[in-house]
Amino acid sequence: MVKHTLTVLVENKPGVAARVTGLFTRRGFNIDSINAAITDKPDISRLTIVITSEREGGERQLEQITKQLNKLIDVIKISDITAYDSIERELVLVKVDAKPERRTEILQIVEVFRAKIVDIASESMIIEVTGDEDKISAMLTMLADFGIREVARTGKVAMIRGAKTL
Amino acid sequence: MTGAEAVLKGLETEGVEVVFGYPGGAVLPLYDVLYTSKIRHILVRHEQGAAHAADGYARVTGRVGVCIATSGPGATNLVTGIANAYMDSIPVVAITGQVPTTSIGNDAFQEVNITGITLPITKHSYLVKRAEEIPHVIREAFYIASTGRKGPVLIDLPKDVQVEEFEVDERAFTRAVRLRGYKPTIKGHALQIKKAAALIQASKRPVIYAGGGVIASDASPELRELAEMIGAPVTTTLMGIGAFPKDHFLSLGMLGMHGTRYANYAICEADLIIAVGVRFDDRVATDPSTFARNAKIIHIDIDPAEIGKIIRPDVPIVGDAKNVLRALIERLKGVDLDFSDWLEVIESWKERYPLRYNPKDGLKPQFIIEKINELAPDAIIVTEVGQNQMWAALYFNYKEPRTLITSGGLGTMGFGLPAAIGAKVGAPERTVIDIAGDGSFLMKCQELATAVENHIPIKVMILNNQYLGMVRQWQELFYEGRYSHTDLASRTDFVKLAEAFGACGMRVERIEDVAPAIRKALEIDEVVVIDFRIDREENVYPMVKAGSPLDEIIEDEEGVVEDSGDLCGMEKEGVVEVVD
Repeated sequence: MVKHTLTVLVENKPGVAARVTGLFTRRGFNIDSINAAITDKPDISRLTIVITSEREGGERQLEQITKQLNKLIDVIKISDITAYDSIERELVLVKVDAKPERRTEILQIVEVFRAKIVDIASESMIIEVTGDEDKISAMLTMLADFGIREVARTGKVAMIRGAKTL
Repeated sequence: MTGAEAVLKGLETEGVEVVFGYPGGAVLPLYDVLYTSKIRHILVRHEQGAAHAADGYARVTGRVGVCIATSGPGATNLVTGIANAYMDSIPVVAITGQVPTTSIGNDAFQEVNITGITLPITKHSYLVKRAEEIPHVIREAFYIASTGRKGPVLIDLPKDVQVEEFEVDERAFTRAVRLRGYKPTIKGHALQIKKAAALIQASKRPVIYAGGGVIASDASPELRELAEMIGAPVTTTLMGIGAFPKDHFLSLGMLGMHGTRYANYAICEADLIIAVGVRFDDRVATDPSTFARNAKIIHIDIDPAEIGKIIRPDVPIVGDAKNVLRALIERLKGVDLDFSDWLEVIESWKERYPLRYNPKDGLKPQFIIEKINELAPDAIIVTEVGQNQMWAALYFNYKEPRTLITSGGLGTMGFGLPAAIGAKVGAPERTVIDIAGDGSFLMKCQELATAVENHIPIKVMILNNQYLGMVRQWQELFYEGRYSHTDLASRTDFVKLAEAFGACGMRVERIEDVAPAIRKALEIDEVVVIDFRIDREENVYPMVKAGSPLDEIIEDEEGVVEDSGDLCGMEKEGVVEVVD
């Protein structure tokens, strides 16, 4: 099982995400997460796709899907940045049970993880945490003890370190 | 200018002379401007026929075929035809009407999301939201369909966009297309070509394996030049038939599941495969793990995604077949190559294992094809799918590209008749013969009306065994003769059916009537249907079972030849399977 992070620059047009994700399904890949948003250029969007290849010959399959993606007219550029030294981040909102007597404990965890409390109610709070995969999963494990009501994740975004661009 | 007028202007600018279509509510504005247009419109009787006709037209002319249908069911009826063009990389532009933009998503009357439905079977597609987009959309659609690896492009036109008035910039119709995400590689990499040339020089038993890509890039002259220059044998895929003259001394005919023995043996024994415009499809590389097991492989294709998809080549070359073959020729000019020992081996296989059938027991389909070949040697042959297709591929002597029009990748029954109509429209001076099976013919026989009403005198020759023949053959060989629902025996009278449509119908049951019937069909300037009542249980041989190596060949009892056992380094046992 190998996780791959692909960044895909596409034309900012309706239906482009469907074209891209449709290909993954057709070639037997599961998408772990996908993030899509506009870039500094208004006519270009950037997709960050995390996939796990489970099948045998996954690497070859990945090469195939990269080539197939490249054939889409609206795909401008695709890079597998897995092997690069890169910054990877995800933002997660977690709504946890937070009765007054347990709030201090939660606050401590939030502080350790350098997360933020962005909403508070009598019985619950929403925590915003940003980080890489390890940090997010560690945080979620810790918060599970308090009772997680809801989780919303952006999916991973990534960028290669240094001056190099896509 | 209205959106509909812009569509027409765009089509005219692209040089479109004919479109195949069927009107309906959501394309009324477009049909209204077509009414007085100089573009010829062929009214089909089912939208699938329009897509196949556009496809057949494109295959024969090398130009972009155009089909038009209304929204909803009109659009979905195009789907099989679009998929067919996609699988065989045929340039087609399909234009569909759509409900008004204000109704999209409301499940309006005759609304389907056709761009969504066709996403995996189009090279690209457009849902046009504003009339001002039309000039560049048409331009891009034709550019994308006809360049790189060719394929179908769909343009979905909402009804309100067709009637929308807009200020037109005339230059938009002719502006060069620039797409930053689409830049096909035409020229092969020089270093790779050098490597390929070195492999050719080092080889002793090369085989050129050529496919539809050679025809798509009009590279037949280069293919022939290279083959003759280096003296290497050439086998073609079904899609590549015609790319190399079949009666050429270097020709091995078709390879694969129903390929000639000598083509398949040559692949097994070769030490180098020069694959051009092919995709190692499972009807050719029946067992990829043993395919060309003794050979190094050079793979030339315009689509990078085909390289390494099924088989890892030793030398991949991404580029246009014509361009790359030309570069190889230049590179190898003056190089002394001698493969005569290899050609001798191949010649002995050809002598020993020719294509053969048992002429006894009734009217044989192979005999009919041979007669067609004799009486109409310059015809364009269109086929349906199944046994008729394989017999037509094996027994007609194709001499030039674009003379066999057949549904290769998708294997679409019903393709032949409408594709023949498109072919005849594209090449009116040529004889166009649809070699059909009774099953396939019935799938699209309503297009006889299209042929008759538009005076498109195609000749339909039905090899009628009253079976779904190829499926029956598999049931005979692999399902213990349990002919589950493949017996089409019925009282359907194809002669009367032809006459009902205003075509000429004939029935042939005796060998001696074959030639006179074909002759008559060729003489009269009418749509003709001949119902040949062939030997019901004739099979297509040779045959390689799906998943088996190419040298495990099945023949019928009478066709079995004593095997020498020295082929492909295989043990004597098991090389030839005899069917009981």
